[in-house]
Amino acid sequence: MSFIVRRLVFYIVAAWVALTVNFFIPRAMPGNAVQAIMAKFPSLQPSAYKALEAMLGVGHPGSIWSQYGSYLDDVFHFNFGTDVTQYPAPVSTLLAETIPWTLILVGSATIIAFVVGTGLGIVAGWRHGGRLDRVLPGLMFLQAIPYFFFALILLELFAAKLHVFPLGQGYAQGLVPGWHWDFIGSAIYHSLLPALTIVLTSIAGWMLQMRNVMITTVGEDYVIAAQAKGLHNRRVIFTYAARNAILPQLQGFALALGFVVSGALIMEIVFSYPGIGLLLLTAVTSSDYPLMQAIFLVITFAVLLANIVVDVIIVLSDPRARAREATR
Amino acid sequence: MTAGLQSDLLATVAPQTRADVQPGRWRRMPPKAKVGAVLLGVFILAGIIGPLVAPYDPSFQNPAPALSLHAPYGQHLLGTTQSGQDVLSQLLVGIRLTLELAFIVGVVATALSVIVGVTSAFLGGVWDEVLSLLSNVFLVIPALPLLIVLLGSLQTKGQTATIIVLSALGWPWGARVIRAQTLAIRNRDFIAAARETGEKTWRIISFEIVPNEVSLIAASFVNTVLYAIGASVALAFIGVANLNAWSLGTMLYWAQSQQALELGAWWWFVPPGLAVALIGAGLVLLNTGIDELGNPRLRDATSASRIAGHWLPPADPTPVLAEVSQYRGKLAGFLHSFSRSSMLDETERAGHR
Repeated sequence: MSFIVRRLVFYIVAAWVALTVNFFIPRAMPGNAVQAIMAKFPSLQPSAYKALEAMLGVGHPGSIWSQYGSYLDDVFHFNFGTDVTQYPAPVSTLLAETIPWTLILVGSATIIAFVVGTGLGIVAGWRHGGRLDRVLPGLMFLQAIPYFFFALILLELFAAKLHVFPLGQGYAQGLVPGWHWDFIGSAIYHSLLPALTIVLTSIAGWMLQMRNVMITTVGEDYVIAAQAKGLHNRRVIFTYAARNAILPQLQGFALALGFVVSGALIMEIVFSYPGIGLLLLTAVTSSDYPLMQAIFLVITFAVLLANIVVDVIIVLSDPRARAREATR
Repeated sequence: MTAGLQSDLLATVAPQTRADVQPGRWRRMPPKAKVGAVLLGVFILAGIIGPLVAPYDPSFQNPAPALSLHAPYGQHLLGTTQSGQDVLSQLLVGIRLTLELAFIVGVVATALSVIVGVTSAFLGGVWDEVLSLLSNVFLVIPALPLLIVLLGSLQTKGQTATIIVLSALGWPWGARVIRAQTLAIRNRDFIAAARETGEKTWRIISFEIVPNEVSLIAASFVNTVLYAIGASVALAFIGVANLNAWSLGTMLYWAQSQQALELGAWWWFVPPGLAVALIGAGLVLLNTGIDELGNPRLRDATSASRIAGHWLPPADPTPVLAEVSQYRGKLAGFLHSFSRSSMLDETERAGHR
């Protein structure tokens, strides 16, 4: 069986665990969630009670296994139930509206941070103890600042005080979302500061990790041999040292994706960015359990998908893995 | 690994000289670790004596209108909040609660990762693969959304609930690292010697293996504490916490929800954020220090020697090859083939070239 297929099986198992945890959370919690929701929203019609019961499994219609079955069936058809706060909007519509915002902004910012951070790490690892190496403690401090705090300070500085960037939101008020330049330009302008905060806070991590692997790789015999052959420094750095150091970095990238997504959720809350993180906040503040759970699932699946992509990249970039693929 | 061997030698060759070594240990610590330890020490001290020396009750709302959002001055060293509460008192009480939570989570989750990691490596075979699969699954599921869903669906959001949930989700990373290290140590000679002399497995684990992993366990603990602080502060900032208790996270929540920044009240907002940042920086520095202690190559260039005009990094530690068990049972091998590392194993099919 090919490696990628095996990994797919692993991700399906992971997805199943997430689905199952998600199914049992509201059922394992003490208290009646439906009554809590009904008390919080007097505007809900009594007919919503039954729907909520069925959705959260409080009223126990049928055995737990038949509930589980219909739950899995619903998820496969992207049927996440109806939203409580914006009743009767289906949760899936709300998700479809917010996901593109998060995907574009967080995706591009993460890739930029990874590429730039890895590049800086290569340089810092090669020139061990050099100028770039000395700014590392400062970068570590940047990394230790809670993300939202850093973002809020930048927001205050650049948006409220200096008026260089807009004060949050995804686009200027009064614009109608659509494929015209006014809107796209405004959306890009509004995404610059959030993207910058993600890049600045995550770059240090990539850089540090790459630097550390690079330092170890630079000491390897084949790198010294390449230097002894009189190869150009650039060739030694990129073709010999960095080429080998990048594999642990890629694995680290895959493992860190969950953290990246978590940071992005907070970013959206700080910038009132109309993505999935802000939706999660509204879900939490209004105890909108169906929405909360749907968002958790969507985020988890997105992370699993990104992991698959990284696995494919690892297979493509690691000759050992490719050779193993061929022999299997 | 060499550090482990050295301490082994020290213990067997000259146990009496160990005490003489102790005083010099602080001086030989990497500077990063020293800065981190001092930074952290200050905050731990603040956490211990903070609530005792706090000048006011952090929840007390001074009704005097002049004391609403007052900038720092003599009587309120860090100013007041919108409702006239003393920011310094909130900070001192908040540091205690945040550190308390983080350390408990750190201890519980690290204990879990040691148990899972060592068991997994020691039992080997199918158990190892099942446990590894479990930790890989929990590593790939994003933690913060899961935490939000778990804590968000609780009707009462207390400190205990947060501790339980954070610990339950905080062990996989450490377990992974500790498992790898245990696999490497397991086949070393001194373990074989201990086994030959008839030591029981639990004795080997607790007196031979675990002491040799102390620096790794310490690093894993520091990382877990870092994770717990970050997660708990972020959760409180979103509002998924007991908002009536003062922690650094709830301080930030109230500051944010009452528009501290828009009102220009930096003294309300900056101290808790800076405290979290400094605690975090202290932990990161301490961790890099521990890393450098174990891996001399990462140490600063100051420890490099200059030979014929070339800076040479410190000598490599003696390479110890991780002897991952060559043979896996059928079921274990099957399970293992689903992990990412199966692709990068050198041992499995070393001769296929």
